[in-house]
Amino acid sequence: MYEAVIGLEVHAQLATKSKIFSGSPTNFGAEPNTQASIIDLGMPGVLPSPNKLAFEMAVKFGLAISAKIGRYSVFDRKNYFYPDLPKGYQISQFNFPIVGPGHVNISLDDGSKKRINITRAHLEEDAGKSVHDVLDGMSGIDLNRAGTPLLEIVSEPEIRTAKEAVAYLRAIHSIIRYLDISDGNMAEGSMRCDCNVSIRPKGTDILGIRTEIKNVNSFRFVEKAINYEINRQVEILEDGRCISQETRLYDPDKNETRSMRLKEEANDYRYFPDPDLLPIKLDETFINACRDALPELPEARKIRYISEFGITDYDAGGLVADRDIADYFAKVAESSGEGKLAANWVMGSVLAELNRTGESIIDFSITANDLAFMLERIKDKTLNAKTAKIVFEGLLACEGNVDEIISARGLIQVTDKSKIEELVREVIKSNPDQVSNYLAATTEKQAKMIGFFIGQVMNKSQGKANPQVVNEILVAELVK
Amino acid sequence: MSQLNELTLGQLRIGLENKEFPSVEIVESFLKQIDEKNSHINAFITVTAEQAIAEAKIADQARAKGNANKLTGLPIAHKDLFCTKGVLTSCGSKMLSNFIAPYNATIIEKCKQAGLISLGKLNMDEFAMGSSNENSYFGTVKNPWDTSRVPGGSSGGSAAAVAAGMTPLATATDTGGSIRQPAAFTGTSGLKPTYGRVSRFGMVAFASSLDQAGLIAHNAEDIAIGLSVIAGYDEKDSTTANQPVDNYLELLANSLDGLRIGLPYEFFDDRLNDEMRLKIDEVISCFQSLGVVTVRVALPHLSEAIPAYYVIAPAEASSNLSRFDGIRFGHRVASPTDLTDLYERSRSEGFGKEVKRRILIGTYALSEGYFDAYYKKAQQIRRLIKNDFDQAFTRCDLILSPTTPSTAFRIGEKTNDPVAMYLEDIYTVATNLAGLPGGSFQAGLINGLPTSFQLTGPAFAEGAILQAAHQIQLNTDWHTKHPESFYV
Repeated sequence: MYEAVIGLEVHAQLATKSKIFSGSPTNFGAEPNTQASIIDLGMPGVLPSPNKLAFEMAVKFGLAISAKIGRYSVFDRKNYFYPDLPKGYQISQFNFPIVGPGHVNISLDDGSKKRINITRAHLEEDAGKSVHDVLDGMSGIDLNRAGTPLLEIVSEPEIRTAKEAVAYLRAIHSIIRYLDISDGNMAEGSMRCDCNVSIRPKGTDILGIRTEIKNVNSFRFVEKAINYEINRQVEILEDGRCISQETRLYDPDKNETRSMRLKEEANDYRYFPDPDLLPIKLDETFINACRDALPELPEARKIRYISEFGITDYDAGGLVADRDIADYFAKVAESSGEGKLAANWVMGSVLAELNRTGESIIDFSITANDLAFMLERIKDKTLNAKTAKIVFEGLLACEGNVDEIISARGLIQVTDKSKIEELVREVIKSNPDQVSNYLAATTEKQAKMIGFFIGQVMNKSQGKANPQVVNEILVAELVK
Repeated sequence: MSQLNELTLGQLRIGLENKEFPSVEIVESFLKQIDEKNSHINAFITVTAEQAIAEAKIADQARAKGNANKLTGLPIAHKDLFCTKGVLTSCGSKMLSNFIAPYNATIIEKCKQAGLISLGKLNMDEFAMGSSNENSYFGTVKNPWDTSRVPGGSSGGSAAAVAAGMTPLATATDTGGSIRQPAAFTGTSGLKPTYGRVSRFGMVAFASSLDQAGLIAHNAEDIAIGLSVIAGYDEKDSTTANQPVDNYLELLANSLDGLRIGLPYEFFDDRLNDEMRLKIDEVISCFQSLGVVTVRVALPHLSEAIPAYYVIAPAEASSNLSRFDGIRFGHRVASPTDLTDLYERSRSEGFGKEVKRRILIGTYALSEGYFDAYYKKAQQIRRLIKNDFDQAFTRCDLILSPTTPSTAFRIGEKTNDPVAMYLEDIYTVATNLAGLPGGSFQAGLINGLPTSFQLTGPAFAEGAILQAAHQIQLNTDWHTKHPESFYV
């Protein structure tokens, strides 16, 4: 039996308006090279001037993971040649990162929790992009991305499964979104993940030879790539062969990883302190200001939601993962006064709809106020579960506000006993066989069989009857 | 009356102010001298004559209307590693022999703002690597005092242009002595300011932690005028010092009475030849006659300076020169077979021998497994040297030494012996390692060739160095000696 040893390197593009060492804008998707200044182009003679906002963002992240903040940190040059690396070196941090050891807690599917230690997080500049499919027979270079600030977050190799890796990645994603320091969009590359994977016989603490899977760009692919890689390594060892230390790429179309380069081909990056930049010295005033500006973080919010809205640990965990969804939920729960109900609807119908459309909650067509209002209509028994679903569909289709939809669709719940009694009698009358079966059954079986009659009555009421009242009347009428 | 190109910047400034002659005449006089002398001296790579005359006309109009700065219409020339918008900025290299800079270096911008008119761009050792100006793709610069000799390097073009009366003031850079040594070889005055006093933005980097822009002129006063223009904090260079710039011109007149000048034992050992020692003794006597007190000081780690320098400077250079890859600008090989071929041949063809040598040394020093033994050790030595100076400056205000071990050597004399060439920097490199200001000033002739003395000060003591040199120049005529080629 083998176990995997996994460490992740997450690159998060920081959401500064301008680049880390030049004043160029950082917008995604602009025309090639329109956001590249002489500094980003690495023109002879240019020098970097640091964007202090990037320091602030990095420190906030450090505080959010309870890390040691580097009071003295240094920018180093990582030297290698590549066409989309304009200076022939990347400005990064090597020996003295701005964020030292910290940790995050992850929740696993079985409800257990695990602490994943973070080795460090450091600032660096992003490279440009090589474009191979636009110019006929030539490669193009787009330096718009060159110089975008990155925070590279390096975990300890304490992750053991692909699922844990995804949970860790989600925790990091959640934190950077809460801090509003990155948009965390993996598809656009503003959050990228390198996975270091090795395996070893379970119960030992030796480290196997590892491979690094570069630039995996979705949560799902991280899980698949790691699982593929673990299986591949197990097969190699089972065959009695050796794993080679190498960099691999994940191909989502074929769901496999492929070798990119072997360790022997790897660069000697010749790191040394960048003489163009002074060391960053952070004083307590600066760090405290960052601390004061920290928003409530996912873990704290989860605890608050459980006590404030009376929801379960599981629901709270699901709701707080995304700050915008958590905010949406809180608004619905506060205005409706129905925490549990709000949690059910947000976790259920709302998330299902967002998953279906791929929309973000920010652009969701049902506002928190609309949803809260609908919940109030459930609370005052105007709506039941079934009719509420219809109203929800109506809101999605922009048919009007909650009350307009209720009246337009005639959905007001029937609680009038005499009206319901009438329907109940009709159902009993037209189903004599079922009635005699019911009467012949044990009490235990009757409880199950009554569902049939409730369904019939609800149908006759076009879903508008209050199911509780229907149940009460049915129980009484059937034995008459 | 002497020709305008024979005047100092200070004299030209007064003449302009008194309306004795217009800027156009000044500029034309220097352009004429360039036209006549540059083919022998090879100090200029690019002469921007038309532009200079056009600017001079505008300057004269501005002055007539009373819209002129004090320096409006005065000429300057720039070492060819300061990016100048729309003008070839070659760094003396084949690699950049096609590079028209798309922007102005801060120093160029400041000179423009002050009203200075650029005559053109000056020859230099390729990427500022060299002590003889023999390493230029655009040919060796000749020493105006003897064209069979080198003018020193790497700012050989700057020094030779001033010495030969082709410009009254030239920008230059100094990484290990590249301002002071050529100033010494050509009988000019040169100042390397404190690291961080002048912006490096737009100055093509050789070794970023050592490079500093400065000036070469005929005397300390002209340097004071120029330094007031180029010194100061620049938000584009985060290593510049954010502290006020002294009024250098005002400081010049102060008396030297009571000034303490330190004489380091290590600079006055057996390596100093007798002729040079006699010259330095004359300088010391002159200082003493002005009320200066001399004290002996020690710089015990000085002998480690050259080895440390020749690790740190190439290490930084190997990284700084990586951007010259044939991709975005500069020399690019014709029809490369693949990316590696593009890199290898563009760089092999674009860089000269000395540049390649230093890239190799630097790459080696930074490599995994060697870093601690070379780069890290060199940085430790650097710290010790800095401490030595700090210690010395508790006992004196300035340090006096020779600038060079000898007068200008012959072209070709040291080209096949890089170590002998590197030892040229023996008196100058420590100043760069410690980030201190240093100036080289004329000390008379030996066998018809110029010699000089060097003053090194604590950080931001440019004013004190220029003041001391100025007071010497008020009391000697060493700085008024010119080679024949200086005269029209």
